[in-house]
Amino acid sequence: MKQNKMIKIFIMGKAYQVPAGLTIMDAMEYAGYRFIRGAGCRSGFCGACATIYRKAGEYRFEFALACQEMVEEGIHLAQLPFTPAPRAGYILDDLDASENVLLQYYPEIACCVSCNTCTKACPQDIEVMDYIQAALRGDIKQVTELSFDCIQCGLCSMRCPADIKHYHVAQLARRLYAKSASPTPQHLKDRIKEIEAGKFSDELEELTTMNLDELKERYAARQIEPTT
Amino acid sequence: MKGIAYFPGCSLKETAKDFEISAIAVMDALGIPLIELKRWNCCGTVFSLTSDDLMHHIASVRNLIRAQEMESPEVVVLCSMCFNTLKRVSLRVNRDEESLTKINAFMNKELDYAGEVEVKHLLEILRDRIGWEQVSEKVIHPLDGVSIAAYYGCTLVRPHEVGIDDTETPTVLQEMIESLGATAVSFPFQTECCGSYQIVDRRDLVINRSYRILSSAQRAGAQVLITACPLCQYNLDEAQTELAERLPDYTSIPVLYFTQAIALALGVEAGTIPDLLAESLVGQEIPKKEETTR
Amino acid sequence: MKQLARSDTLREKVEELSGQNVFACYQCGMCSAGCPLSEEMDLLPHQVVRGLQLEDWTVMESNTMWICASCLTCEARCPHGVDLACVMEAMRQLYLRKSLDHIAIDKLTTEEIARLPQIALVASFRKKTG
Repeated sequence: MKQNKMIKIFIMGKAYQVPAGLTIMDAMEYAGYRFIRGAGCRSGFCGACATIYRKAGEYRFEFALACQEMVEEGIHLAQLPFTPAPRAGYILDDLDASENVLLQYYPEIACCVSCNTCTKACPQDIEVMDYIQAALRGDIKQVTELSFDCIQCGLCSMRCPADIKHYHVAQLARRLYAKSASPTPQHLKDRIKEIEAGKFSDELEELTTMNLDELKERYAARQIEPTT
Repeated sequence: MKGIAYFPGCSLKETAKDFEISAIAVMDALGIPLIELKRWNCCGTVFSLTSDDLMHHIASVRNLIRAQEMESPEVVVLCSMCFNTLKRVSLRVNRDEESLTKINAFMNKELDYAGEVEVKHLLEILRDRIGWEQVSEKVIHPLDGVSIAAYYGCTLVRPHEVGIDDTETPTVLQEMIESLGATAVSFPFQTECCGSYQIVDRRDLVINRSYRILSSAQRAGAQVLITACPLCQYNLDEAQTELAERLPDYTSIPVLYFTQAIALALGVEAGTIPDLLAESLVGQEIPKKEETTR
Repeated sequence: MKQLARSDTLREKVEELSGQNVFACYQCGMCSAGCPLSEEMDLLPHQVVRGLQLEDWTVMESNTMWICASCLTCEARCPHGVDLACVMEAMRQLYLRKSLDHIAIDKLTTEEIARLPQIALVASFRKKTG
């Protein structure tokens, strides 16, 4: 395979030479960094590898998923810690979507100053500030619709000057909306019936009684989605 | 654009729905429909008073940009707290070009705010553009014999440069009340603070203030009290629930938004009105509000 | 616990943040006479201003700034044009800018919040958290 042109990048302030055409995550691994946490599906879905970077000559920080964004000459990279945002405890069945329920569990949304920093930080191009504003006025439907593509990477909360936990607010809104306003899909009803009728009981029984080595073997041979 | 660009504010979508319902019906009846801004955010509710704090003005400036995007020279506001905050911010950035430049630079994803949107309270539109005489002509259920106290609170009249009327002795609400055929009640506490946001962690302070205001209005003969502020409305009503428990002699009076009184007189949708009041006010069935869908 | 830095003079800091001239006050007491919340305050508004004039840091211990709800009655009546609401806000900000909040958002119960309108919460948090 033809070796790509090498480019100079900076990781935590130190210069490295890596091949062009790598993602941020691949480039950091090429340079010797090892991801123990902060990496997941490597396909842009799980939101575990949120990162902050800066391009050469720019003064603004940019935000992306490390598994999706390509490195370029002179780019500055960093490893971000996990976002230690607290999630409110609630029992969904006890909640009513008609109250100002989002404010009750996340009162800090009332501190939003509409600076829009959250929206600028979102690697999914979600209008984060707009859904926080919708949450403030109790519009659960709009929060659900605006936040639907959220992968819970936490960059919005990491950047927020008001310490709002945007993605947890949105998750509660979506759960409430799903519970109260959107119909239960037929396939879900069918599947619940199947489970209750014991269709999967034998299979579950088999797995729970299997010894560890057999389980590992079974796991390694499992059917997964084909990679491109 | 037929009609006028309108900023609702959060309360009018939640706790103060009657305010919006009645205002929309009234303005439709008067031929200047309210056109809600397509996108808006919380104004911040209180104007930041420190000289160096621009961050807390951003929310209001964003809303002014939304009016600008609709090519509207003005934006009308119902909630007096929103009105006060938006107007103070608009004046603040207009007189301080450096601040506006900084705010515009910060909001790099937005159009620059050009400083040209005028913030108006609905009462100003009613008084100055439509006129009380014309409101009077549209009255089909005169509120004869009803004594209504005009409660202004703080943010409609202070500070002077923002207030829509005289700081100490405003009359705009009394004029409005008279135009509906009712008797306007002036009372000493009509521009006194109800305690505002102190309801969050100093509830007793607000109850005490509300008691002074309500009893002063009642001593002056008021049967109903009207306001333009969702927080005053909430505080006074909340206080009355508690006062009724604490003081055996206390009689509650309805606290309505001024637009509800107009809506009643005009015979249009007025939101939730206490039944007894509705009967005594217009002596006939009140148009029911439709089920609101969200 | 974090303390307020006392390197600046208190009056200068308050004047800078508020844009007000504290020495313009001649202690007529109009602000205190008209203040609707004065009975809840442990120092009256004009006494706070006097304290600032005299560089008396104990005014920062009084509850006056936290009771003031910026109703602007004093501002409208001050014969010397001192905007006391701005002075009170500046004093609050001296705390809030050190992350010394005056209301614990996470201590409010869901029941308490359930009955409060957003407008009260937004205003309260803007005035009492940094």
